[in-house]
Amino acid sequence: MLELHQLSVNIGAQSLVQDLSLQLLPGQLHVIIGPNGTGKTSLLRTLFGELPLQSGDIRFNQKSRSDMPISQWRQLFGYMPQNTQSDLELSVLEVVVLGRLARLKLRLSDEDLQAALSALAELGITHLADRPMYSLSGGQRQMVLFAQVLLREPKMMMLDEPVSALDLQHQLQLMEHLHAKTRANDWVTIVVLHDLNLAAQFADQLIVLADGKLQAFGHPREVLDAELISRLYQVPVELYHDREGLPYIRTVRRASQTV
Amino acid sequence: MLNAAAHEAVVVRQRQREARRWQFLMIFIVLIACSMLFDIVTGPSLLPVSDVVHALFQPGTAEPMTKTIVYEMRLPVALMALVVGAALGLGGVQMQTLLDNPLASPFTLGLAAAAGFGAALALVASSAFGIFSLFAIPVGAFIFSMLAASLLFGLALMRHINSQTIILAGIALLFLFQSLLSLLQFISSPELNQQIVFWLFGSLMRTTWDSLLITAVVTLVCAVLLYRDAWKLTCLRLGEARALSLGVNINRLRIKTLVLVALMTSTAISFVGVIGFIGLVAPHIGRMLIGEDQRYLIPLSALCGALLLSVSSVISKSIIPGALFPIGIVTAIIGVPFFIWLILGRGRKHA
Repeated sequence: MLELHQLSVNIGAQSLVQDLSLQLLPGQLHVIIGPNGTGKTSLLRTLFGELPLQSGDIRFNQKSRSDMPISQWRQLFGYMPQNTQSDLELSVLEVVVLGRLARLKLRLSDEDLQAALSALAELGITHLADRPMYSLSGGQRQMVLFAQVLLREPKMMMLDEPVSALDLQHQLQLMEHLHAKTRANDWVTIVVLHDLNLAAQFADQLIVLADGKLQAFGHPREVLDAELISRLYQVPVELYHDREGLPYIRTVRRASQTV
Repeated sequence: MLNAAAHEAVVVRQRQREARRWQFLMIFIVLIACSMLFDIVTGPSLLPVSDVVHALFQPGTAEPMTKTIVYEMRLPVALMALVVGAALGLGGVQMQTLLDNPLASPFTLGLAAAAGFGAALALVASSAFGIFSLFAIPVGAFIFSMLAASLLFGLALMRHINSQTIILAGIALLFLFQSLLSLLQFISSPELNQQIVFWLFGSLMRTTWDSLLITAVVTLVCAVLLYRDAWKLTCLRLGEARALSLGVNINRLRIKTLVLVALMTSTAISFVGVIGFIGLVAPHIGRMLIGEDQRYLIPLSALCGALLLSVSSVISKSIIPGALFPIGIVTAIIGVPFFIWLILGRGRKHA
C-alpha cells in the first residue's frame, strides 16, 4: 500500500501540490485526471523522489521514503515519464534490456536477453525485437518502452500520459495490458490520463486534481459528474452512461456555433 | 516450443550484431596500424622508407642519425597523434551524449579556446619576466581549460539547469576566451604574436616522450573510468527523464563524465595546441557505423579520432614533401568536406 500523508510540494515559490493525503492499494489502477498545469506530473516526480517534499510523508508498506536510500526507493518503481527520446540507432532488444540496468554486466548475458524477450512476448511484440528503434511507429515505440519498465519488476507502476500519442487500437492495447499486469502482479498503479473517457473505462480509483489539491477520489461512477468536470475544466459538458453504467463525457459547443 | 526457438533466433541475431561491431573495432585497429606506419616513414627529413623501417624494427644495427630521428621524433609524434585523437574523439562522444546535442565538442564548449588563451598568457608572462620554462605553456593551457570546464561543472551541479543551458554557457565561454586571446595578441609584440599564432595552429612536432607519457596515462585512466559507465550513458540517450526513471543518478553521472572529459581533453590540447573538429566528427562516424550502444561507441569513437588525427598527420607532411603544414589546419580543411558528405549521406538513409 502506498500512503501519501499531507503531502506538499513546491518549486521555488510556486506551490504544486498542497496537503494531499491518499491511500493507494496494490492491484488497483489509479488514474489521475485534471486540467493542465495542476501538478499531476510533479506529483509523480515527487513520489519517485525526483522533487523534494516540502512537508508530509510518503510510505510504501509502512516504510517511509526518507528511511531508505533514494536509489533503493526508486528501485520500487516502474516509471514512464513523458518525452522519452526513442529515435535511436539501438535495437528494440537493446532498449528493453536497459530496464534491468542495475544488473547489467558489460557483456549482455543470455539471461538478460531472455528476460527482455519474455517481456516483449508478454506484450505480443516479439517480432519487433531485432528492429532498430528509429524504424518503429509511435505506438510500437511506446509498447517497447512499456516492456522496458516491465523488466524492472516494480512494486509500483507510474505512467505519465502513456497513450497521448497513440491511436485507438494502441491506446486500448496498452491500457488492457496495464490493467491485466496490475491485477496479476499486485502493482500499485498510477496513470496520468487526459482522456476522461479512457480514465472512466479503466480506473479503479480516480484521483481528480486541480490547483494542486485533491478535488475528488473514488470510483469513476461515484466521482465523475458533469458539474465537477465543468467547474474544473471551465467548459460545459454533458455526461452519459454506457451499457455497463460507466460514465462518459462530451463537451458542449457554444450555442451560437451549433446552429 | 515455437516460442523458445523464435527467442533463440533473436538472441543469435543480437550476438551477430555484437560480432559485427567487434569487426568494426578490429578494422579500425588495422587501419590505425597502417596509418601509423605511414606516419613514421614520412617526414621533412625525407629519409628512405627502407632505412626508417630498418631503424624501427632493428634499432641495434641502424645508423645513429636515422635511429635518433625515428625514435626521438617520429615515433613519439606518431603515437601522440593516436593518443590525442583518441582523447578528442572520446571527449567529443561523451559531451554529445551527456548534453544530448550533436554539436557539442571540446572545441564548441570553449575548452580549446580557454586553453589557447592560457597558453598565450603563459607565453606573454614568461617573456615579460624573462623566465621561460618548457612546461609553462602546457600548464597555462591546462589551467585555463580546466577553469572553463569548472564553470560548466558548476552549472551542471545546479538544479533545474538543462543541457541546453550548459551548451549556451560553453559557447559564451568560447567567445569570451577568443576575445581575451585577441586582446593579448593586440597588446603583445609581433614576435610574441607569431609564437602565439603558431601554438594556436596546433602541432604534434613539440611532442616528447614525457608529454606523450603524461597524455597517454591520463587518457587511458579517464577512458577506463568512462567505459565503466557505458550502460548508464546508453540510458542517457533515451533522455534525462527516462534515464532517471531507470535508476541512473543523473547529476552524479553528469559531473563525473564532465570532469573526466575535461581532464582528458585539456591534457591533450595543452600539449599539442588547438586541434578542432576531431572531437566533433569522430563520434558521428562512430555512431553511423555501429549505433548508440556505448559499449562499442566509446572505443570506436576513440579509435576513429586516433585514425583521423594520424591520417591528418601523414597528410600534413605529404602536401609539400619536405615541408610541414600545421595539423590543426589540415584536420579542418580535409575533414569538413568529408563530414558534410557523410551527414548528407545519412540524411538520405533516414529519409
